[in-house]
Amino acid sequence: MSNIALPKIDHSTVNKKEYIFNKLKKLTAPENILSHEAEIKPYETDALAAYKQMPLGVILPRNTEEVSNILKFCYQENIKVVPRGAGTGLSGGALPLQDALLISLTKFNKILEIDFKNKCVVAQPGVTNLSITHAVQHKGFYYAPDPSSQLACSIGGNVAENSGGVHSLKYGTTTNNILGVEIVLMDGTICRLGGKTLDQEGYDMLGLICGSEGLLGVITEVTVKILKTPQTVKAALIGFPTHEDGGNCVSEIIANGIIPAGMEIMDKALIVATDNFSKAGYPRDVELLLIVELDGTASEVDELINTIAEISKKNNSSTIKISKNEKERLSFWIGRKAAFPACGAMAPDYYCMDGSIPRGKLAEALKEINKLSKKYNLPVANCFHAGDGNLHPLIMFDGSKKDELRKTEEFGSEILKMCVKFGGVLTGEHGVGIEKRELMCEMFNDNDIQQQLSIKKSLDSKNLLNPGKVYPILRKCAEEGRVHVHRGEEKFPDIPRF
Amino acid sequence: MFTEEKKNFQISQDSNNVYKPVDEIETSGFIKEIYKKNLPTEIVGTNTKNFIGNKLQCAKVLDLSRLSGIVEYLPEELYIKVKACTPISLIEESLEKNNQQLAFEPIDFGYLKDSKSNKGTAAGQLSCNFSGSRRFKVGSLRDHILGFRGINGKGDIIKSGGTVVKNVTGYDLSKLVTGSFGTLTALTEITFKVLPKKDSISTLVIYSEDNKVITDLFDQLLSSSNEISGAVYMPNELNNKNYTKNIEKIFKFNNLKSEEPFVAVRIEGSKKSINERIQDISQELQTNKMKTSILDFYQSKLFWEKINNLELFSGTKNNLLRAVIPPAESLNLMKYLKNNFKYYIDWCGSLFWIEVLEEENIQIKEIKETIINLGGYLTIVKKSESLSADIDIFTINDTRLLLSQKIKESFDPKKLLNPGKMYRDL
Repeated sequence: MSNIALPKIDHSTVNKKEYIFNKLKKLTAPENILSHEAEIKPYETDALAAYKQMPLGVILPRNTEEVSNILKFCYQENIKVVPRGAGTGLSGGALPLQDALLISLTKFNKILEIDFKNKCVVAQPGVTNLSITHAVQHKGFYYAPDPSSQLACSIGGNVAENSGGVHSLKYGTTTNNILGVEIVLMDGTICRLGGKTLDQEGYDMLGLICGSEGLLGVITEVTVKILKTPQTVKAALIGFPTHEDGGNCVSEIIANGIIPAGMEIMDKALIVATDNFSKAGYPRDVELLLIVELDGTASEVDELINTIAEISKKNNSSTIKISKNEKERLSFWIGRKAAFPACGAMAPDYYCMDGSIPRGKLAEALKEINKLSKKYNLPVANCFHAGDGNLHPLIMFDGSKKDELRKTEEFGSEILKMCVKFGGVLTGEHGVGIEKRELMCEMFNDNDIQQQLSIKKSLDSKNLLNPGKVYPILRKCAEEGRVHVHRGEEKFPDIPRF
Repeated sequence: MFTEEKKNFQISQDSNNVYKPVDEIETSGFIKEIYKKNLPTEIVGTNTKNFIGNKLQCAKVLDLSRLSGIVEYLPEELYIKVKACTPISLIEESLEKNNQQLAFEPIDFGYLKDSKSNKGTAAGQLSCNFSGSRRFKVGSLRDHILGFRGINGKGDIIKSGGTVVKNVTGYDLSKLVTGSFGTLTALTEITFKVLPKKDSISTLVIYSEDNKVITDLFDQLLSSSNEISGAVYMPNELNNKNYTKNIEKIFKFNNLKSEEPFVAVRIEGSKKSINERIQDISQELQTNKMKTSILDFYQSKLFWEKINNLELFSGTKNNLLRAVIPPAESLNLMKYLKNNFKYYIDWCGSLFWIEVLEEENIQIKEIKETIINLGGYLTIVKKSESLSADIDIFTINDTRLLLSQKIKESFDPKKLLNPGKMYRDL
């Protein structure tokens, strides 16, 4: 584990462990309280597996009332709490603390209501993202945000992280697709924010909770909006001889008034890596590969995909393939969806970065990243959600070599700083968590951070809920780690990451 | 602000205690002063929407209207960054040149106030968070704010968000500030997400006055994959001299033939796609058994403008209520409203604009209860002169009020910015 600073351990809490567990047994059934090492070991990390730490104990409450009573007790006794959904987060947001109880919401795993009349689903937070779509697809509906871990990640975690996906440009992220939540504050207060209406009146606290990374409350129920499945989906696979041509093409597509459902870019290193790994049949003589996906009504999709082909030709594309059927469309995505494991196969370890940049800065950013790759003598492959400017460079390294992890972390840190310099942000969809915490002052000054901390204090006056996450502890811009995968030992290795 | 400037800074204002800063630093300096001296302050822009919310009587007025102008507009990056009080008309004019738009359709409250167009400023729109007819398709105003800069109640310059759509760096304060009616910050800069305009528009008009038929149409439209971007229901106007009859005057189109109540459905896209979708929707809704007509591009453009200008209530002296309910409850609300009120429905069944006669205190309270029981919320957008002052303008429950107070305190610990504008204790 890297030397990241965590809040000081409160030994008085650790010392009264027995008392705490005896009390907790009155608040939930004993089988929902895990305290033995073997039981709590699986919770020592989330999907940012470079960081591990055992919690004081793990509680698996079964209902909102239990959550409220547990939090009230922890508030009274000054016990820290770390909430956790499915543990698929990539920034260490659910990393346990030695003196904190980990509240796992996995027993909140039921869909409570499917309301086709109001086009929404009410779900407990432990329900997986994809199972919401599965529950409504028989009537032609789906839930739009599609983070790559959607098979395993929970909807409560999606709200906490404001998860995105490849279709964010057109359909938005979680915050644009939820109607309401029930949360429990650290002092045990149960609040319902929003409901089944569009928008809410007064302060948009639903918008505040979404993406607050478990620092403001524990989510116990989520109401999501469902959409009608588009009539037609088509994709184009387009190769370019230079990064500039590809970047220009993306800008021109947008400038032509087209908002694709998804627009993904891979650089040459990733094209070769993914093609070797998944035999996707990608053209290897191109520097940049663009996948554009359009959805909507049949005639609109046909019309727009032809316009995209014309724009591509104008921007010197060397290859263009338009999917003729669903099988071919899915085949375009095979390599892209294998990006992470493909890098895992090329090097013992890789770090995945997650910054956002303005779309127009793509060629410049790739040039800069390649320069840094030479400087640190570490190979890098790049994928980019070009529609929404979200960049995922994958730095390959060998953690067993002396100093290579430190070099990788420095490299990653420079990439994120570059994103901010280019007018982008530190994190597009993975969250700040513990990972980018000390880089926050690259984007925010003291006033900005103090304002955010005031909000935190107003809802969690004792700073007991998920402390040590998101906001700098050291108040300096230290270089911290990224998503670290050692010899393919990624947490949830079977989840496609893209 | 530099130390020297700080030393020299004095609250200077005209005889009405109105202070008009020219930039963010001056705004910050002013708020630092009112913080030091505990002076409650009303924040205003160009006063197009200041009738919404509780009336304020503050020691000072902070007029931000001089913070105006486009800071940066990058069409290919789909954003426009503007100073807080940039007129919406200027923003829309600039976007138009690149065939782009604020897709949430800013509401024009000018007609309600003075019977003429005035969309006010960026900050005014953001502070109210009222969105037009496209809301149910593209999201509300709050979904189109990428970032902001502003001054909190202590005088600190703060910012949140950025210019990119995918951003999870820190709390999303843009959402919190949107719809806060100036009670959390004095805004100085706003970044809007912009979207391309579609090539063409058409409107399918279906005539019916059967509540069940109408709400079924809404339900079918929400379940359609034909991507409609607007659906309103316009009932017949009441024969009551206290309500002005506007429908005939404002919706005078050749193709809007009948005087019957109608549902209007907007379809945007390429001409070919629109034609195909109208056919498809007509089949889905089985309109062959109903009377229908089509508004062409020009008629449609005008029609939806008039809807989003609230021209139906142009110049009214009565109360205007804005109720948002779960769409499946629209039939129940229609049954409740009967023919007793002038109203129309937007957002495909979710949004009701209801005009209630002056002095109808009891009725407004009753409507509010009904809306809350239906799972919705109600805002009294315009209060008539004679409406009792003790009627709450916004809906809130005790827990949310408590949370709101905590949030207010975190931005504005002395409750100096627009105090009581939304809720009396806020």
